[in-house]
Amino acid sequence: MSLRTLITIAWRALVRNRVRSLLTMLGVIIGVAAVVITVSIGAGARASIAAQINGIGSNLVIVIPGNVTLNGVRTGSGAASTLTPDDGLAIAKLPHVAAVTPAVQVRTQVVAGENNWSTSVAGAAPTFTYIREWALSSGSFFTDADVAQSAKVCVLGQTVVDNLFPGGSPLGKTVLIRNVPFTVIGVLAARGQSAAGQDQDDAIVIPYTAAMERLTGNRFINALAISADDVSSIVPVENEITPLLEQRHRIVGTQEDDFSVRSLQDIANAASATASVMEYLLAGVAAVSLLVGGIGIMNIMLVSVTERTREIGLRIAVGARSSAILEQFLIEAVVLSSAGGALGIALGVLGSGAVSVFGKWPMVIPPESIVLAFVFAALTGVFFGYYPASKAAHLNPIDALRFE
Amino acid sequence: MTQTPVVRLENLRKTYAMGDQEVVALDGVDLTLEHGEFVAVMGASGSGKSTLLHMIGLLDRPTSGLYLLEGQDVSQLDGDSLADLRSRRLGFVFQSYNLLARTTSVENVELPMIYAGVPDAERRRRALAALETVGIADMAYHVSNQMSGGQQQRVAIARALVNDPGLILADEPTGALDTKSSQEIMDLFARLNRERGITVLLVTHEPDVGRRAKRIVTFRDGRIVSDTPVAGAQLDGVPA
Repeated sequence: MSLRTLITIAWRALVRNRVRSLLTMLGVIIGVAAVVITVSIGAGARASIAAQINGIGSNLVIVIPGNVTLNGVRTGSGAASTLTPDDGLAIAKLPHVAAVTPAVQVRTQVVAGENNWSTSVAGAAPTFTYIREWALSSGSFFTDADVAQSAKVCVLGQTVVDNLFPGGSPLGKTVLIRNVPFTVIGVLAARGQSAAGQDQDDAIVIPYTAAMERLTGNRFINALAISADDVSSIVPVENEITPLLEQRHRIVGTQEDDFSVRSLQDIANAASATASVMEYLLAGVAAVSLLVGGIGIMNIMLVSVTERTREIGLRIAVGARSSAILEQFLIEAVVLSSAGGALGIALGVLGSGAVSVFGKWPMVIPPESIVLAFVFAALTGVFFGYYPASKAAHLNPIDALRFE
Repeated sequence: MTQTPVVRLENLRKTYAMGDQEVVALDGVDLTLEHGEFVAVMGASGSGKSTLLHMIGLLDRPTSGLYLLEGQDVSQLDGDSLADLRSRRLGFVFQSYNLLARTTSVENVELPMIYAGVPDAERRRRALAALETVGIADMAYHVSNQMSGGQQQRVAIARALVNDPGLILADEPTGALDTKSSQEIMDLFARLNRERGITVLLVTHEPDVGRRAKRIVTFRDGRIVSDTPVAGAQLDGVPA
């Protein structure tokens, strides 16, 4: 007998008992919907974490100076004055490095007209906007020429604009940074809080040369921010930077490095691992509900076999082989569970949409989770349908025909 | 013309174990059904007539003895072969019709053809033809539970003859019907027997029904106690 015929027989039998079929499917529907929704929650959370981490910078690798030991007292990382803009230029020539910017960080009081504000002044290169993936809301960023001339120009974060120039455009105005006048040429787009809770908009960016010459007065920088050309090249880039700087800083043998290289990959991995654990947990719960759905199918199929004993006897009498009976009930179970699976996927997609609205994260439904949920649902039908089906196939036709 | 008999039973025995007792259902039955016969098997309940029907219908296996169905020894066949023989050679009619609930007549009649592997279009055509034969072509798309007992039994008979079997086995086919419907059903059997040459074996305990056959075999305690042709034999089914 063809599979199509078998499916037709099964389908007719199920349509004959619409309500019961639907109730039987309910377990699988909920199970599959739960799988789809939970996986989607996991994926959505992961995407949201990834977006936050990427917001800090694009494939970012950071080099900071190491610690110094003075008379046995060790300072913390970043205290050593070892890193120079030339190190940055050397790193920029490495393969897989997309961009480099030196970073000079000064916290100081700034004044514009009668307003003043304490903020963080960052010296950077024009690659800053690329590396930090940060656009301007108005004006323009400074150029390599500005850097070469140590030009007294600045780009303000939105918080600084709000505090120094309430109600007006700051473009073209002057800001005094440690009494040095800087002309405002641009405003950074508002970005809000960082993952660590800092207000990222509370900052002024100026050419790093200007920061070194006019603010810090030395030839060292606080950090180098490097963008790898791809997520996969973050680790290779980290691994290349270390020997390059060791060579440049003449560090040999067992001597401690005077710098350290870090990336956000570790943080990203940790966050991603957390999301994975969540996902497994949720998927486990979902799998249990699918299992319960499967047991529901078995239950109803057993009832159905008992209830249809006479029908089975008749089918045997009119020439059904026992394999045909087995196939019929097995296919009924699979059709039930697959239909339940399909409805569950529809429900799951709707549910994921709703959850993503409440969770304020992008709706991500990995296609493989849908395929997996569906296949698992169908397999549930095979597994839990087999026992009732084989019970039906082995009925004694005489007893079955007499069954009341 | 010597033809192979439809059914030949020789010293057929069937015993059941019931607890530690052995119950003899058939105790050495010899019976031959020739082509075109119309036989009523009669007897009290427990006389073995139903067991005989199940045996001939290949739903049960004899404990010992010989059963040739159209010359073929069926005692050694496996389950699938028996199913195929049931499908192609035999038609069953039951007291309680045994139609599929909430299913149209034509779909009920198609059922045996599904298992015989008849293609879709031909299945529908033959099912409608069979319903025509039993005289309820106009009810082809009626659902079984909306029909009277007599009509349902006609659907069941259409189902029994749709695969063109040589032998129709009817187990108390009029047991659930009123007198008028009973007569109509018996007329139908007589007509199928006469016009199509289908061999009919029916089990009944109603003498009126038994008399419509051409030959009456009476059972008692698992044995045949009489086997007689019916006098006049209703002159080939002239309506009573």
